[in-house]
Amino acid sequence: MHPFEYVRATDSDQAVAVVTEDPSASYLAGGTTQLDLMKDGVLDPDRLVDITRLPLGGISHTDSSIRVGALTTMEELAADPVVRERLPFVWEALLLGASTQLRNMATIGGNLLQRARCRYFRDPTVAACNKRSPGSGCAAIAGIQRMHAILGTSDHCIALHASDVAVPLTALDALLHVQGADGTRTVPLTQFYLPPGDTPHIENVLRHGELITAVEIPLLPAAARSHYIKVRDRVSYEFALTSAGVALVQEDGVIREARVALGGVGTVPWRAWDAEDVLRDAPAGADTFLAAARAALGGARPLPGTAFKVELAQRTLIRTLETVAGAES
Amino acid sequence: MPRNRGAMTQVDAAGATSTGAAPEVPQVEVTLTVNDTEHHLRLDSRVTLLDALRDHLGLTGAKKGCDQGACGACTVMADGKRVVACLALAAQYEGRRITTIEGLAPNGELHPMQAAFARHDAFQCGYCTPGQIMSAVSLVAEGRAGSEEDIREFMSGNLCRCGAYPNIRAAIRDALAEG
Repeated sequence: MHPFEYVRATDSDQAVAVVTEDPSASYLAGGTTQLDLMKDGVLDPDRLVDITRLPLGGISHTDSSIRVGALTTMEELAADPVVRERLPFVWEALLLGASTQLRNMATIGGNLLQRARCRYFRDPTVAACNKRSPGSGCAAIAGIQRMHAILGTSDHCIALHASDVAVPLTALDALLHVQGADGTRTVPLTQFYLPPGDTPHIENVLRHGELITAVEIPLLPAAARSHYIKVRDRVSYEFALTSAGVALVQEDGVIREARVALGGVGTVPWRAWDAEDVLRDAPAGADTFLAAARAALGGARPLPGTAFKVELAQRTLIRTLETVAGAES
Repeated sequence: MPRNRGAMTQVDAAGATSTGAAPEVPQVEVTLTVNDTEHHLRLDSRVTLLDALRDHLGLTGAKKGCDQGACGACTVMADGKRVVACLALAAQYEGRRITTIEGLAPNGELHPMQAAFARHDAFQCGYCTPGQIMSAVSLVAEGRAGSEEDIREFMSGNLCRCGAYPNIRAAIRDALAEG
C-alpha cells in the first residue's frame, strides 16, 4: 500500500478545506471500499482524512422524510423502525447487501460512493481500464462480462454500480446534502451519478473535496407497499446479477403511482422511468407487468456474457411487481 | 501538488515537500483498547486493525484469510458490533472497545459459544473458527439466531472452506438453547 499521512478530522469545515486543497487527499469513512482499493494499488492517496469522528451520524424524521447522516452505518439505518415500517424495500435492500460485519462498518454515504466491482478495474496489472487509466481501453468489454452492466454502458466502460440500497433510494428520489469549500448544495440521487460515456473515470457530480453530509429519503405513501428482490449466483453475501425495487399505489386494481428502479444491470443505479410510465394508470396484472419489464430493458446493450441479464432482469422486475401488487389486493 | 509524507495527524500541517532525504513513512500514535486493556502503539499509518492485533499485540486469534473483507476470518467486535479487522485502519479504532476471541474467555473458562463449537465439532482445520465464533456471539446478541434461515443468512459473512456449516449452525442453536 502506498504510504499516506493519516489525518483525523474533528471539524467538517476543516476536513473539507484540507481535502479540497490537496488533490492527493481522500476521505476515509467506513473504509470497506477505500482500504480495499488502496491495498490493491488502485487508489494511492498521499493523505487520508478520517471523517468518522465528525458529527455526521444520526437519523432524524419528519412527517415527509427521513434525514440520514452520511456516517450512519447500513446496520444502523436498517435498525431504524421508520425505515422498516414505511420504506420496506430500503430495509430489504440494506440487509441483502454485504455481510453484517461490513454493514456495521460501511456508511450510507460511502455505500453510494462505492466503486465498481469490475475485476479489471480492481487489478492494476490489467493495463486496459478507462476508469482507472483514462484512455487505456476496456478489458471487460473483451473479457468476462457476467457481472457487468447492460444499461447505460458505452464503448469505453461497462462497469456496474453494485449498490443495493441505491436502487430503492433512486426510485424514491432521495436527495444528497453535500458540503463543499464554497458552501452546501443538494443533489437529487437521480442526477448524482454520471453514465460512463467517454469519461468513465468521472462517476458522479461531486467535485474533489465535496463531502456528502446527509441523505434525505422522502417518505412517499407508495413506499409503504414496496419490495426489493435480488437475484444472485449464491443465496447470500453476493452482488446482484439482477435486482428490482418497486413501490406502488393501487386503487381498485389500477396502479396510480409506481416507482421502479433496477440493480445489477446499470452503470448507475437504474431508474426505470419508461416502466413507470407504462404502469401508471394501468390495470395491475400480467400484461401490464410484462409491458413494463420490456420497457425497462428496452435500451439494453448486452454483450455475449451479459445477454442472459435482459431476460433475467425482466423476470426479476415482473416478480417484484407481482409481489407488491399481490400484497395490495 | 501539496505533499506531506512526513507529518502526521495535524490537519493544519504544512504542505511543503521535503527534498533530499529519503521519504519518511508516516507514523501514527494509537491507543487501542483491546479486551479491556489499553495499548499505546506507534505504527505505520497503513497498519490495519488486524495487523495491529496480530503483529503488534500478539493476539493471533483473529486470522488473516482473504485480507479483503470477503471471508470473515478476522472478525472482531468494536463497541460490541462485529467488524472485519482487515478493512479497518488501526488508527481509526482508537478509543473504541475492541474484543477479540482471546477476550471471550478471559479466565480460561470457555465462553458458551466456544464450548458449543467444541461439542458439535463445528470445524475441521479451525482457521475460520475464531471469526465464526465472534460472529456467532454477535448473531445471538443481535437477536438474529431465531431461525435456521436467519442463522444461515446472518452468518453468511463467515466462510468455511472445510464446509463445517451444518455443525456450526448446530453449535449456534445449541448455545442459544443453553444461553
